[in-house]
Amino acid sequence: METTRRQVEFQREQFTFSGTGEVYSFTTLQQAPEGFEEQAPYVLALVKLDEGPMVTAQLTDLDGPVAIGDRVEMVTRKLTTEGSRGVIVYGYKFRKILPRA
Amino acid sequence: MRDVAIIGIGQIPVGEHWASSLRQLAADAAHDALNDAGLKHVDALYVGNAFGAAFSSQTHLGALVADYAGLGGPEAYTIEAADASGAAALRTGYLAIASGAVETALVVGVEKSTDTVGDARTLARNTSLDADFEAAHGATQTALAALLMRRYMHEYGLELSAFEGFSINAHANGARNPRAMFRNTLKPGGFAKAPMIADPVNLFDSAPDADGAAAVILTTLERAVDLVPQPVRITGSAAATDTMALHDRANLLYLGAANRSAYKAYAQAGITPDAVNLFELHDEYTVIAALSLEAAGFAARGEGWKLAQDGALSLNGRLPISTFGGLKARGNPAGATGVYQAVEACLQLRDQAGDNQVVGARVALIQNLGGLGGTAITHVLQV
Repeated sequence: METTRRQVEFQREQFTFSGTGEVYSFTTLQQAPEGFEEQAPYVLALVKLDEGPMVTAQLTDLDGPVAIGDRVEMVTRKLTTEGSRGVIVYGYKFRKILPRA
Repeated sequence: MRDVAIIGIGQIPVGEHWASSLRQLAADAAHDALNDAGLKHVDALYVGNAFGAAFSSQTHLGALVADYAGLGGPEAYTIEAADASGAAALRTGYLAIASGAVETALVVGVEKSTDTVGDARTLARNTSLDADFEAAHGATQTALAALLMRRYMHEYGLELSAFEGFSINAHANGARNPRAMFRNTLKPGGFAKAPMIADPVNLFDSAPDADGAAAVILTTLERAVDLVPQPVRITGSAAATDTMALHDRANLLYLGAANRSAYKAYAQAGITPDAVNLFELHDEYTVIAALSLEAAGFAARGEGWKLAQDGALSLNGRLPISTFGGLKARGNPAGATGVYQAVEACLQLRDQAGDNQVVGARVALIQNLGGLGGTAITHVLQV
């Protein structure tokens, strides 16, 4: 198939991340938007992935304070529910990588 | 391109207007500006509005406001760029006059935030975030500002009290402005103890959502001098964009679009930052005020907060900012904010600012941001 100029310019490559990174910044939300109010207060972070890019995501499974530089790994969790009887929206969150015993 | 001037200004008090609708707020500001200019009709109306659909279930504001204000059917539509919608409408009006397509234009910024309250308002406001990669994860604009602020404090080794001066200054100026939402002053030392919204952003750090409408009337400088005694020239007008999501910025602690739009506006006006007598910046959060000062060339990177320590930003300081209270104390009626900035700058340049007057103001810089600098629009106004 002939490749057009536009297709070349916008061609994207599949890339798999390791799913690990570190906390670049974080905050605890007291005022949540509709759809997230049941989860408040929750911790939102900028996570700098080991491969370089940054993502915005919640930190989960926390049982202590968070600090900039904490090592984290990606996990799949429920983000929200579309209305009281709607579909559950799943997505990525991050949890601290525990030091191995 | 033709030279453009502001020949009329109007504004209603910023606050919670439970008894007025979106169209009423807009029409009141429009009539105020038309009266100021001594005009009854304009060729075009540009409405700056960010959240009409989300807050008020109302779009099509061009026709709505033109109709309700009785403008006789001019060309009219909404200009949207999140919280920078007001400045985007001003720039649209500027381009229309400068190009020769339009002779007189009315720019109205309007927002009716109180049509929605609580969690629903937070959700509505979230429509200006990156829906897939920010809002879907429970982010809010305040939370994103908090992420930015914590990193700023971390990199530059700052305590929360470093930002207090911005809010104290805004409230000191808001207290003198009868149209400000908050007219209370803040006591030094109280800032760091305020309740957290998203730490480290607290109640005394972030600007309140508000209802409001402001308007300006534009025409060519050539016509302006015959129509009004004190036309205000728009000598610089520029807009730029940055990454939509905060996490995609190459440098999180640098407002690139704010920098580029400011320097384009300076170049057009033929000035440098040291010529600016006052700066109406987008102080939606104190860290954004600090970063705006850095982006516009008033402080080195990481040093914007220092200007808030010694009175440099007060009405009689070296660089007065937020002279009528800014977003923090005057209030932030989202899509109207950029037009309030223009109206307030005109009052300063016309020597009509009353208790808020910056003595001898000749050059004003106004900068309106959408999101946390995803859009930045800067104007230079002069007399």
